[in-house]
Amino acid sequence: MSNGIEPTQTTVEPSVDAPKTPAMGEEVVIRLDNVNKWFGHFHVLKDINLDVRRGERVVVCGPSGSGKSTVIRCINRLEEHQQGDIIVNGVTLTNDVKAIEAIRKDVGMVFQSFNLFPHLTVLENLILGPIWVNKTPRKEAVDTAMYYLERVKIPEQASKYPGQLSGGQQQRVAIARSLCMKPSIMLFDEPTSALDPEMIKEVLDVMVELAQEGMTMICVTHEMGFARSVADTVVFMADGQIVEKNSPKELFANPQEERTRQFLSQIIQH
Amino acid sequence: MDGVLASLAQAAPFLLKGAAYTVVLSIGGMACGLVLGFLLALMRLSPLKLLRWPARVYVSFIRGTPLLVQLFIIYYGLPQAGIRLDPIPSALIGFSLNMAAYTSEILRGAIASIDRGQWEASYSIGMTPAQTMRRTILPQAARVALPALGNSFVSLVKDTSLAATIQVPELFRQAQLITARTYEVFTMYLAAAALYWVLSTALSWGQHRMEARATRHVRV
Repeated sequence: MSNGIEPTQTTVEPSVDAPKTPAMGEEVVIRLDNVNKWFGHFHVLKDINLDVRRGERVVVCGPSGSGKSTVIRCINRLEEHQQGDIIVNGVTLTNDVKAIEAIRKDVGMVFQSFNLFPHLTVLENLILGPIWVNKTPRKEAVDTAMYYLERVKIPEQASKYPGQLSGGQQQRVAIARSLCMKPSIMLFDEPTSALDPEMIKEVLDVMVELAQEGMTMICVTHEMGFARSVADTVVFMADGQIVEKNSPKELFANPQEERTRQFLSQIIQH
Repeated sequence: MDGVLASLAQAAPFLLKGAAYTVVLSIGGMACGLVLGFLLALMRLSPLKLLRWPARVYVSFIRGTPLLVQLFIIYYGLPQAGIRLDPIPSALIGFSLNMAAYTSEILRGAIASIDRGQWEASYSIGMTPAQTMRRTILPQAARVALPALGNSFVSLVKDTSLAATIQVPELFRQAQLITARTYEVFTMYLAAAALYWVLSTALSWGQHRMEARATRHVRV
């Protein structure tokens, strides 16, 4: 495996070739400084240090239970950390509710289980935030929503309810819902893990396009093909720690840590 | 037979007037009970013990004592504490306080049944807890709660007959007053029963309409 790891059969290559545009700026938009978190007695995050620059595309991978989802859930305060600092767009996360809500408006999140609002149509899902959080006029919100539905290629589903869509379509709606808030940062929490294999690609394609446009992204995923083609940085986590962090090329070809090698070899075995 | 019809015709205006009170007490009690019940449900779901416990004790007390006794405490008992209320306000307060306890349990269960992901998705687009409750959680919880709330409502319609014991001129009281004059006990109480039946059936129908509306989004 010293000659690198090719994407596996189960990994879907995004169809769009993502040129590695050097869009990444110098400005650090997310900083995690010695972040620690416990669930009860379980030490789930241990001294996490991570800087993310504007436009940087970070993929976080690692075995389940390694704390990778918890890390990104701390960034928009769906989880509270107990030690260390998390600074998003220059604002340090505390219990200041207004600050948290401001950060959440600017940090979109896509969940493994979509979490669309089942009682609202696709269009209503998309305009809910703009109308009630940003007080956008309804017409403008609808126009924005339709624009993003075009972007994720399902404008014709606008008047359907989430339950009438396939998993891949639901996840694309969920991405559009986040984008309607015009965030500058997007967090993806295993966005394709709940999808059937044939639907993974349609969701990855949307994510690749976003990446190409210079969106700052942190993506927890097992899609190594995606990591390889769009990520600037791959972070490998295990047991609540960042074990290794590097460019995808380096990390896949020359993993420095035994734990990383172990994990990568397990991924490609099936 | 003609005699029965004639006495029914004579009694009709009184029975219908009584039925109107029944409707007012039912809808008033349910409406106030829902509002209070929602507040109690929020208290019970609160992370603060100081809010949770009073709500818990209240619900336990109301559910653990007969409605009839509660009405008596309000109408006959409160005057001794210097609070004198007319029959109809007494009944309305009694029914509201009683319904609040039952609806709070229904609403609490319904709210708690909504997936945590719905809260998280709402928070992730910057919604406040209040906005999330109003726009995301309640509409879904309502669908869960509606059948049980409907049952409570139908029970309330029938339980309003207890107000007869505190001088409220509602349907059952009217039937009692008429039978005291005419001794047509069987006919009048049957007529009153028929009217209760019509009222509760109409209300159940309304409830089904609302359920159908609330479940529009469920795939068929």
